[in-house]
Amino acid sequence: MVELYANAIVNGLLIGAIYALVATGLNIIFGVMRVVNFAHGEMVVIGMYIGYACWQLLGLPPWASVLVAMIAMFAAGYLFQRAIGNEFVDKPQHVQFVLYIGLALAITGLHAIIFGPDPRGIQSAASFATYRIGPLRIDATRLHAAAAALVIVFGLWAWLRYSLTGKAMHAAAENLTGGKAIGIRITHIFALTAGIGMACAGTAGALIAPLYDTNPYLSSEFTLTAFIIVIVGGLASLPGALVGGLLIGVSEALAAVMISPSAKSFVSYCLLLIVILVRPQGLFSARRTGR
Amino acid sequence: MTVQTRQWTAALLFIAVLALLPLGIDEFQVSVLAHVFLAAVVGIAWNLMMGYAGQLSLGHALYFGVGAYVVAILTDRYGISTWIAMVPAALIPAALGFAVGALSFRFSVRGVYFALLTIAFAEMARILFEHWEFVGDTSGIFLKALRSDNNPLVTLRGDGLFFYYALLILMLLSWALSVLLVRSRIGYFWRAIREDEDASRAMGVKTFRYKLLAVAISAAITGVAGGWFALVNGSLFPESVLGMRVSIDLIVAPIVGGLGTLFGPILGALLIIPVNEFTRGLAQTFSINGLNLLFYGLLLMIVIKIAPHGCWPMVARWLGLSDSARRRKDEP
Amino acid sequence: MSRFSRRTVLKGAAAVTSTLSMPGILRAQANTLKVGVILPLSGILSFPGIATRRGTELAIKMFADDGVKLDVVFADTESKPENGRTAAERLIRDGATVLVGAWDSGATISAAQAAEAAKVPLVVNVGSAAQITEQGFTQIFRNFPPSSEIVTKGVELFKNLPRNNGFNPKTAVVLHVNDTFGQVTGAAVKGAWEKAGVDIKILDTISYDARARDLSIEVSKAKATGADLVCPITRVNDAILIVREMIKQDYNPMGIYGPSSPGPYEKAFTDALGKYGDDYMTSVPFYDPTRAITKKVLERWSKEFSGQRFELNAGFGWESIQVVADAFKRAKATGAPELHAALKQTNIAEHPMFGGPITFDTKGQNVNIGIPLLQNQGGKPLVVAPDSIAEAKVKLPMTKWADRT
Repeated sequence: MVELYANAIVNGLLIGAIYALVATGLNIIFGVMRVVNFAHGEMVVIGMYIGYACWQLLGLPPWASVLVAMIAMFAAGYLFQRAIGNEFVDKPQHVQFVLYIGLALAITGLHAIIFGPDPRGIQSAASFATYRIGPLRIDATRLHAAAAALVIVFGLWAWLRYSLTGKAMHAAAENLTGGKAIGIRITHIFALTAGIGMACAGTAGALIAPLYDTNPYLSSEFTLTAFIIVIVGGLASLPGALVGGLLIGVSEALAAVMISPSAKSFVSYCLLLIVILVRPQGLFSARRTGR
Repeated sequence: MTVQTRQWTAALLFIAVLALLPLGIDEFQVSVLAHVFLAAVVGIAWNLMMGYAGQLSLGHALYFGVGAYVVAILTDRYGISTWIAMVPAALIPAALGFAVGALSFRFSVRGVYFALLTIAFAEMARILFEHWEFVGDTSGIFLKALRSDNNPLVTLRGDGLFFYYALLILMLLSWALSVLLVRSRIGYFWRAIREDEDASRAMGVKTFRYKLLAVAISAAITGVAGGWFALVNGSLFPESVLGMRVSIDLIVAPIVGGLGTLFGPILGALLIIPVNEFTRGLAQTFSINGLNLLFYGLLLMIVIKIAPHGCWPMVARWLGLSDSARRRKDEP
Repeated sequence: MSRFSRRTVLKGAAAVTSTLSMPGILRAQANTLKVGVILPLSGILSFPGIATRRGTELAIKMFADDGVKLDVVFADTESKPENGRTAAERLIRDGATVLVGAWDSGATISAAQAAEAAKVPLVVNVGSAAQITEQGFTQIFRNFPPSSEIVTKGVELFKNLPRNNGFNPKTAVVLHVNDTFGQVTGAAVKGAWEKAGVDIKILDTISYDARARDLSIEVSKAKATGADLVCPITRVNDAILIVREMIKQDYNPMGIYGPSSPGPYEKAFTDALGKYGDDYMTSVPFYDPTRAITKKVLERWSKEFSGQRFELNAGFGWESIQVVADAFKRAKATGAPELHAALKQTNIAEHPMFGGPITFDTKGQNVNIGIPLLQNQGGKPLVVAPDSIAEAKVKLPMTKWADRT
């Protein structure tokens, strides 16, 4: 029994780290632009397909596939924001909602046309490797993916904190007019934000491509999970996204063991409910945003 | 002609056209329009809450699904008259809406937080229903086939033409109700809350009470629509009536049509449902699976880019029906 | 308003709404039967939906060669049950006098509402909810068994498999997907176990969400029971995930047997898992490899759809057209009532799927469908029981993951 729980917690942490990367993307986009990206799950799925295409079809090494996904999704996010997204930044929430739902449907449709409905998975001997530590049995692919996700999350923090562009994004997040006043090119900053946000999702997708077979219709769960994490951790708080991701990962794993796997997201929603009612700024955000 | 007379004439003309339309179209088009009316009813309900009272709900599937289950269980399992079953199909969702609203507003949850809270409630209801044997868990509920001596006026189930008129009447009733509400004191208070909640509270508007009223009325209408959905389809599953997809589907039409306008939700449904049918047909013609989703998604993006405040304000201006005396900001 | 102007208004409105009519509607000739096929061609169910379409298309071609002129139009439900009704109505409007559909039970019942109102027969290709034939529909003809029957017949065969030193299971654990199909099937397993008197104790039943992407905990839970036999009831994606997790967690039960479980016989499954997909067993309706017609169908299939596998969905897609073509030949008419009468008299002995002749009882159910036991061997699903149609001998206990080369 102890073994079961220990493995569940470790697994939850590993999955949670990947969730955290997805949520960080959503959070950056929201934090800077106050835009809720309802197509975020689709970005993850694009990343999974890129990972699949590079790794399985083109035979690139795993790290290269992840890099391709990251760069491609950054470019896509940047261009999308420049071409369409910026126009919607100061529109009401429901208008943005229709835009992103439209985008999500279009991407799903495109995936279905290109790849068909068949599950697409990466077949490599490495995907069965495991590490054993005492009673723990840790899936190697998952560990690598989680480690990579953490490195990216921390790297992103550092970059946002210390680089000039990162500081500009901060300024834009804090105060739009003030940011404009000191000469920040807001369209560029927004596009950069969208690029980074979507790159996070895409990279997470490429990281999990060897774990789960991809099909065009996977996205909605990713979007919802990311939402829950962002709210639980705190909107516009990066540490919140990380802790929220790990928390949701572990609580879902434990719920699966103790209650029933098919009811595990129920527990996440309960957490979401409690946080919104009791501590709406989230576990980590100091600011009270959006209300 | 004054704008008001023009509006009345246009409304009557619209109703007359819809009443006579089945004479000139085939059964399939009749059936698609019946679905349009059902979507319009839900859109009207959602518009009351979002377009007028300014409360963004992304979990209306909760009310829709519960309404559907209430009607299906009461009529099919307990043999209760469908007419009577429609009453709890309105009241139970209203009570649920009241509870969700009371909880959220008591803790002053607003904006994105309120929206996500409504998603949470709807998803929790779905998961609950998927594990609740009484409502048939994931195996769902199947209504019995209609008997050959079926009287649609008793069972409220029939062919496409019956549903066309039944749902047309339901839509017109909801529309009339929304007109009455919006033009009453309640409607003014709602708009005041939408524009600036804190200011209206300072002015003495009982915001808590009026927001609750908006949620409860919206939930009640949505619940009845859900009940009709069960009757039209004959089968329901937690995923198909309580799922996230339902919440998303049902709010696209009123937004595209024009939030905070009385006719917007109807126009939105008239656009969205046929467009969806059309893109599906297109994918079929070219035999490319997925083309339907691609086109539908792109169309949504284009429409919302051209008309971010919905189509009705544009159409109304063009037809000379926009009400300058009562014109409000388009944007809720 | 004068009579004239009212008519003008109506005409105008009709012109607007007629944009809804789709291009490419062919006028059916008197000797051509217009068939409407409803399937989930996009959305979460499109994987099996498209497989069913392939089988359907193959049958259309093969019967066309035999001079049966069918004009078949497909309609997509987007995997949303409620679209079944409008899809059916569109096909009926376009002149279909017989419908085939709708792969999933929800969409089938939704489509049945329209079929019933228009009195157009609906031949069910795939759809396993018992309610489909129990709700009193008069237009339904189902050439697919209800899930409880698939489970019962399969478990009966499984029970009689020879035991040996390595294969003598005393305990089992059931893992099932929590959707309409998985829930019903999972519940049916217990009943079938008792009915057949299987002396294997079910230790636990674990249900997981249909959209689950990660099944590591589910498999850990199953492993923790220490059961000798794992009974997964899955779709294709989750079947792959379960096996992968079992390998990673080094869980080596005596056997894996999914009663009525779709998925493991799919090419996507055997391709994704390779040697690790072997020894996995299921019992589902499947083709009878010994029949002449099956050989003919398989031969043509490999020409038309090389790289795809003819399996359950394709098989019943094929037979749905066979049933329609047969009724059309006998009715010698294209009217819905004539076809309905002919369908009632259906009696097809030579058909690809295992089982007795295709006939429909008073409720419209074909009760003669047999359930063979399948085992993946050499990357392919092979029939291993009953002996009369077996292609290979059953191989149990299954090879340990680590010993596979």
